[in-house]
Amino acid sequence: MAGADGDDSLYPIAVLIDELRNEDVQLRLNSIKKLSTIALALGVERTRTELLPFLTDTIYDEDEVLLALAEQLGNFTMLVGGPEYVHCLLPPLESLATVEETVVRDKAVESLRKISQEHSPVDLEVHFEPLVKRLASGDWFTSRTSACGLFSVCYPRVSSTVKAEIRQHFRTLCSDDTPMVRRAAASKLGEFAKVLELEYVKSDIISLFTALASDEQDSVRLLAVEACVSIATLLPQEDLETLVMPTLRQAAEDKSWRVRYMVADKFSELQKAVGPEITKNDLVPAFQNLLKDCEAEVRAAAANKVKEFCENLPEDNREQIIMTHILPCVKELVSDTNQHVKSALASVIMGLSTILGKDNTIEHLLPLFLAQLKDECPEVRLNIISNLDCVNEVIGIRQLSQSLLPAIVELAEDAKWRVRLAIIEYMPLLAGQLGVEFFDEKLNTLCMAWLIDHVYAIREAATCNLMKLVEKFGAEWAQNTIVPKVLGMANDPNYLHRMTTLFCINALSKACGQEITTKQMLPVVLKMSNDQVANVRFNVAKSLQKIGPILDSNALQTEVKPVLEKLASDTDMDVKYFAQEAISGFKEMMSCVIPHPPDCCALSWSVMERGQISCKLLLITVPHPN
Amino acid sequence: METTKLPPSSPSSPTTSFSVPSAEKVDGFPRRSMRRARQRRSHSSSQFRYQSSQVELTPLPLLKDAPVAELHDLFCKKLQQCCVLFDFLDCVADLKGKEIKRAALNELVESVATSRGVLIEPLYPEAIKMISVNIFRTLPPSENPEFDPEEDEPTLEASWPHLQLVYEFFLRFLESPDFQPSMAKRYVDQKFVLQLLELFDSEDPREREYLKTILHRVYGKLLGLRAYIRKQINNIFLRFIYETEHFNGVAELLEILGSIINGFALPLKSEHKQFLVRVLIPLHTAKSLSIFHAQLAYCVVQFMEKDATVTEYIIRGLLKYWPKTCTQKEVMFLGEIEEILDVIEPSQFMRIQEPLFKQIAACISSPHFQVAERALYFWNNEYILSLIEENCQVILPLVFATLYRVSKEHWNQTIVSLIYNVLKTFMEMNSKLFDDLTASYKVEKQKELKRERERAELWRGLEEYQERRMQMLTEAARNQRNLQDPKTIAEPTNRHIDAGAGTFLL
Repeated sequence: MAGADGDDSLYPIAVLIDELRNEDVQLRLNSIKKLSTIALALGVERTRTELLPFLTDTIYDEDEVLLALAEQLGNFTMLVGGPEYVHCLLPPLESLATVEETVVRDKAVESLRKISQEHSPVDLEVHFEPLVKRLASGDWFTSRTSACGLFSVCYPRVSSTVKAEIRQHFRTLCSDDTPMVRRAAASKLGEFAKVLELEYVKSDIISLFTALASDEQDSVRLLAVEACVSIATLLPQEDLETLVMPTLRQAAEDKSWRVRYMVADKFSELQKAVGPEITKNDLVPAFQNLLKDCEAEVRAAAANKVKEFCENLPEDNREQIIMTHILPCVKELVSDTNQHVKSALASVIMGLSTILGKDNTIEHLLPLFLAQLKDECPEVRLNIISNLDCVNEVIGIRQLSQSLLPAIVELAEDAKWRVRLAIIEYMPLLAGQLGVEFFDEKLNTLCMAWLIDHVYAIREAATCNLMKLVEKFGAEWAQNTIVPKVLGMANDPNYLHRMTTLFCINALSKACGQEITTKQMLPVVLKMSNDQVANVRFNVAKSLQKIGPILDSNALQTEVKPVLEKLASDTDMDVKYFAQEAISGFKEMMSCVIPHPPDCCALSWSVMERGQISCKLLLITVPHPN
Repeated sequence: METTKLPPSSPSSPTTSFSVPSAEKVDGFPRRSMRRARQRRSHSSSQFRYQSSQVELTPLPLLKDAPVAELHDLFCKKLQQCCVLFDFLDCVADLKGKEIKRAALNELVESVATSRGVLIEPLYPEAIKMISVNIFRTLPPSENPEFDPEEDEPTLEASWPHLQLVYEFFLRFLESPDFQPSMAKRYVDQKFVLQLLELFDSEDPREREYLKTILHRVYGKLLGLRAYIRKQINNIFLRFIYETEHFNGVAELLEILGSIINGFALPLKSEHKQFLVRVLIPLHTAKSLSIFHAQLAYCVVQFMEKDATVTEYIIRGLLKYWPKTCTQKEVMFLGEIEEILDVIEPSQFMRIQEPLFKQIAACISSPHFQVAERALYFWNNEYILSLIEENCQVILPLVFATLYRVSKEHWNQTIVSLIYNVLKTFMEMNSKLFDDLTASYKVEKQKELKRERERAELWRGLEEYQERRMQMLTEAARNQRNLQDPKTIAEPTNRHIDAGAGTFLL
């Protein structure tokens, strides 16, 4: 290090500081982002004695600059001379942890947490802990808020007297005058509990937890719910009933829907933390209440948890609990007045079938699925359809297919194109589940109809869908069912539909293979090069480039090349451009592969198209003619 | 900008002004879902679940028919009767009970407003209890999570037919000549006020309008609560600025504060200055500034008129939070600056003219013509013009280069002609300085370019140096590793060198 420091005089600090002070915010920001470069130029010693004091003194900048500074300082340990000097970084970060803007403060706290790990235990007590104390007793709420995030990182590594002080400070902040600080303390309560010794969890944390959970502001109370999960995990089972459950019960019945929402949202975590006994006695009725809550927001959050909750019930009487307690509530939710509730339920309800088994599913769940498939809200129907695979495993899809079809058809013709798009995306899945026969019979027409949708995004998705179907059902199926219809559209009076033919060919050629591409698709593409609409013609050029690698070199030379050359002298600028693009693309390809048999060429290129082998690699493996 | 949308005396009917919210309009959904949406437009709080079984109300005799001896007893009974809550989402449920309560509330309102001697001490706890039971409730979740108060129709409170009368009663109660603050303060306490303040988040503008008037009366009559109310408003604002960015009643609270600031004693307490610097100025950063900007600017100007020494804090604060990407807000800021300059003291003006006119110059060169135009309008304001003239020596050099450049470059003809006018004004003010600046313009520009090159050079050098150092460090680390026996490689110091080296690369 000594040798490197010899260059210090190269850059006078004044010049560098001028950069950090530049009038233009953007330039200042750039300089701060390269602070490590400056520090490196100064060397560790001058960074400590000159740069850091300057930074500490001038923290009155734009928040954006401060944010960058707070972030930089978290990675500065080496630049000030390693862990033994890391405490030099504390003064500027301390100031940053007191600024008003939340993002800056949070970043400063994050950096402080990071460098706290680099402090030795002694330094932690001499330098770091006093900083935490100063922040915790700051005048303005911002510093106290920041302090909340620092207790847990220094607590495990300090002596027991200091530990006692830290606990005291945390206690004080939990009953702070301003709700902002209480919120910060409540959100760190769980984290702090985790580093405390069990006896103090029982003596200190529980009382704080109880107090925060009955705070006058619901924004504080709801954060206590989060802490509840961590605290319950830490305590032995026998203490939960007396120490945690009264508060949790109260939270589940809180008069503010935000708190109840939080309980619903954290329900699976709570369930795991309190264990099976309490779940059976307390959480089941609480969950029932949440599912019947008067606020839709709460019901939706609870409905989202139905499957997870049921899955995690103790196995010995899981089925009985679900059938007698949960299912009746679920049945009501199916006809809820709020669509968000219904759609939350629809996204998980199918998962119950694996838990309840075939008979129960057919008797109890199937009517619910069918009802939701007929729901007026498309999102509900979509959610059911998207989870069909769960049911398929248990009872087979035949039970549903009769109701499924009208639902799919209605979604396929929905007035909102986003709904149509969503159902298209499930088509390959449905095709897999329902099998090729059912598909041909009922769904094929739909898939073809989407190709002439008036929204481009739908036509595009439909093309992609066809490709996936061919991958699933094979080239022969494609040849019989899809290809003729696609190629038929090449004569459509609407040029948009003619272009769709080209897009389909682009997508399908790979999956269909060389034979179909050369014999059936290529002639159509070539014929379309005479189209009177320029858009179609330049898409022909693009298509030819796209399918070229799949064709054999004979077809390329004798059929494709002349057409491209003709297009290259087209009157339209764009047609010319894309034709030339295609020609030069082929030239490149030919120059690599001409000495090889055509099959190899097709193979290697199609592999590359899928992106599995990089171009470079290919050039290395195929010897260059020169 | 209009400050009050709906005065309490003329609340708009909740049933006439329904329009489908814009989110639903684009749906193109069949009619039935629109009808459903319409029903959901009004909402009610989540308190019904907690009410014990519904009591059947029976009509009581009219207050005006009651003998004087029984009047207070009957009044009390009516208050108790009005503590029963009804479900307004179900519009046909218990119509009889609703009507009885409505009639009782009407009577109570009229009695408090017109007859003297009704408000005796035992009635206070009953009245406050009736008010609390009715108005204090957890506000329901917003129907529209991306509710935009400027675009969307607010969701209205379903129980308004009763709620309005309760608020009306509360207001008459506070305004009654018989009202005794010394008795009321036992019941209208801190907890009560806190809950009252939370209601300002209501989406229903009619409710917020009542709350505004009521809180103003409470602040005026219950002196012991003043500091507490100010502190809690502070907390609401800070939470709005730094945590949620969502609170429906900011404009109403600011309106109250406007009149509170007006009454501040001089010299200003540090608490009040802190409120200005740490709460009012940061409020300018809010995304929804346009909704309450008029009220906010009013508060800011009030502060200045109280005590001119806060001017510098205000202007520097505004400059710190000057919008960078939102031109709409930039125009608002410029409007506020003009309001401030309208009442600024010349001595204060001299303290802030430099940073301020740098910003104004930046606005003039904005490609958004409304921003440039708004800034150039300052020269149409006679008072501002006189301030500029007095300080022409300072200001003209700050803005000259921008004016010169923009006059040649701006795409919008209106801006170009406005700039010519400004340049002409300056020429008339101080032709010598103007000529000097014109002459030195090119030279200055050259200097600037030179500085720019030097900067680039410096950074290039620094980066090269960094690269060399990096190589040295990694080499040193490698040598060190080779020297040491394999066991000690994992020592912390060693790892830190690597970790450090990694960060330089970033």
